[in-house]
Amino acid sequence: MTAIVVHAAPVRWWRSRAVNRFMRHHLALVGIAMITLLVLACAIGPHALPYDSLHIDLRARFAPPLTGQHYFGTDPLGRDLAVRLLMAGRVSLLVGFSAMLLSTLIGTLVGVTAGYRGGWVGAALMRMVDGFLSYPSIFLVLALAATLRPSPVMITVIIAVTSWMETARIVEAEVRSLREREFVQAARMVGLRRGHIMFREVLPNAVGPIIVAASLAVARAILLEAYISFLGYGIQPPLPSWGNMLNGAQQYLASAPWLAIIPGAAITIAVTSFNFIGDGLRDALDVRNDHI
Amino acid sequence: MSGFLLNRLSQSIVLLVIVSIIGFTVLNLMPGGPLAQFGLDPGMTQKDVERLATQLGLNRPLWIQYLDWAWRLLQGDWGHSFRDGSSVLAVIGRHLLATLLLMGTSTALAIAVGTWIGIRGATHRYSLFDYCATIGAMVALSVPTFWFGLIGIYIFTLKLGWVPAGNMYTIGDGSVLDYLHHLILPSLVLSLVHVAIWSRYMRTATLDALSQDFVKTARAKGVSERRILLKHVVGNALLPMITLAGMQLPSILTGALVTETVFTWPGMGRLFLDSLGYSDYPVVMGLLIFSAILVVLGNLIADIVIATVDPRIRLG
Repeated sequence: MTAIVVHAAPVRWWRSRAVNRFMRHHLALVGIAMITLLVLACAIGPHALPYDSLHIDLRARFAPPLTGQHYFGTDPLGRDLAVRLLMAGRVSLLVGFSAMLLSTLIGTLVGVTAGYRGGWVGAALMRMVDGFLSYPSIFLVLALAATLRPSPVMITVIIAVTSWMETARIVEAEVRSLREREFVQAARMVGLRRGHIMFREVLPNAVGPIIVAASLAVARAILLEAYISFLGYGIQPPLPSWGNMLNGAQQYLASAPWLAIIPGAAITIAVTSFNFIGDGLRDALDVRNDHI
Repeated sequence: MSGFLLNRLSQSIVLLVIVSIIGFTVLNLMPGGPLAQFGLDPGMTQKDVERLATQLGLNRPLWIQYLDWAWRLLQGDWGHSFRDGSSVLAVIGRHLLATLLLMGTSTALAIAVGTWIGIRGATHRYSLFDYCATIGAMVALSVPTFWFGLIGIYIFTLKLGWVPAGNMYTIGDGSVLDYLHHLILPSLVLSLVHVAIWSRYMRTATLDALSQDFVKTARAKGVSERRILLKHVVGNALLPMITLAGMQLPSILTGALVTETVFTWPGMGRLFLDSLGYSDYPVVMGLLIFSAILVVLGNLIADIVIATVDPRIRLG
């Protein structure tokens, strides 16, 4: 008799099926590559370029792209557009990312509570979600941004407070379907506290959909910040953001179109990347197939 | 049907109550709260404002204030604009038509183009067209509407000179053709995102309908593919799109606000921003509530329409 020794291969997360599927999703990889480049450029670029983002040079106003060392040209105050674009990227990406974290946190808390508790509490919470979703987001965000002090932190909070509902809906549906499964019943039978069951037993099973929603939430948050900053109620100058760089661009559209084209392209690239990544994650984690 | 209607109607009323509570909260966050309209009056001292607060009952418990405020909303008393003193509902009414015109045109455009792309993508699945449409939709969803508007103005107004850069009509002209001429670019810009959304959903819905048994039956009978598509598939695929049209309302309104700003279109979005600039809080508040009511009603109408068309919904 030969003893058969089975070495249980430890499952490494990078060998998992989800990672495998994600790596075969070309668009998602393109998205990852573009975001990595963008983040690196925003982090390192301002140090490598010979100008300061606030340095005003009235002799160099409205220089078109590729004038001397002004690779993207200059703005109406003669500030270098490339360096401002990268500094703005830091702000916009940071606001977008932080808003995503906060909105995912709120959405998850509401979703888990509503889904697990169900009944009266769940119904009330989900009606609140519907109520928030009835407001066109920009109206709500603008009204809040105009009345509250528009610091970057406040803008982040306002964006998060008006965009947690999608996550809450997704998490609620997921948790509701998990609530009566055997492992939850077992946990209840052992006498675990409700909080423990909700967040330590049930929540980890809903992580996939949350990650997908989060990646799309970054895209949404960056867009929303761009909208309100473009309209003048978001990030306030002199701190640059992609949105507020476009704020005055319309009046110079005929004479200096690069002022409008370049920051908008940056927004589009960043948002597209996150949407690509979200799409790849959705396929990899197989959340739903009816994706748009 | 009446059971369905009653059920759906009561849901909408509950939703409106919640919407109004959210609105009331925002109102109380605004500087000066509900009294803001007197805070700007130079003839009023802090003491006057305080006396007024007592008179108007602003030191009562919040929930009584809310009921009072909601009751006045219901009666059509939405307050008065700071700018010219006219009633908020009248101000909104003056701007409603321009927005509805813009939204209607771009929605029609988005439905037409999106439906075509979606169906073609589904019938030519995994073709080059389908692939490009998928990527194109994702990029279109990522383009900031205002930037697309700026690019549109740059190309079609400044470079080619085909369409005007803004406003709703030329002063002194005002013919239908002139209106249409001004309408083209803003409605194109506003429709981009919705073409993307619409085409993705339409593709899924068409694929869904194509895999149904009645399509197999029709094929077995020898019905031509073209006839199957037109008679059996498109109708079924379009049904869920009615719900989608309702669901897209908030995002169309958001897009309309931005588009109106770029194209100086005299609609509700433009009014909202102007009012914010003037700190005209009664109008801001009115528009906020009004837009949410519009969304709730839009969804209700979509649900009623689809229940009328599709017996499975109201019976099921």
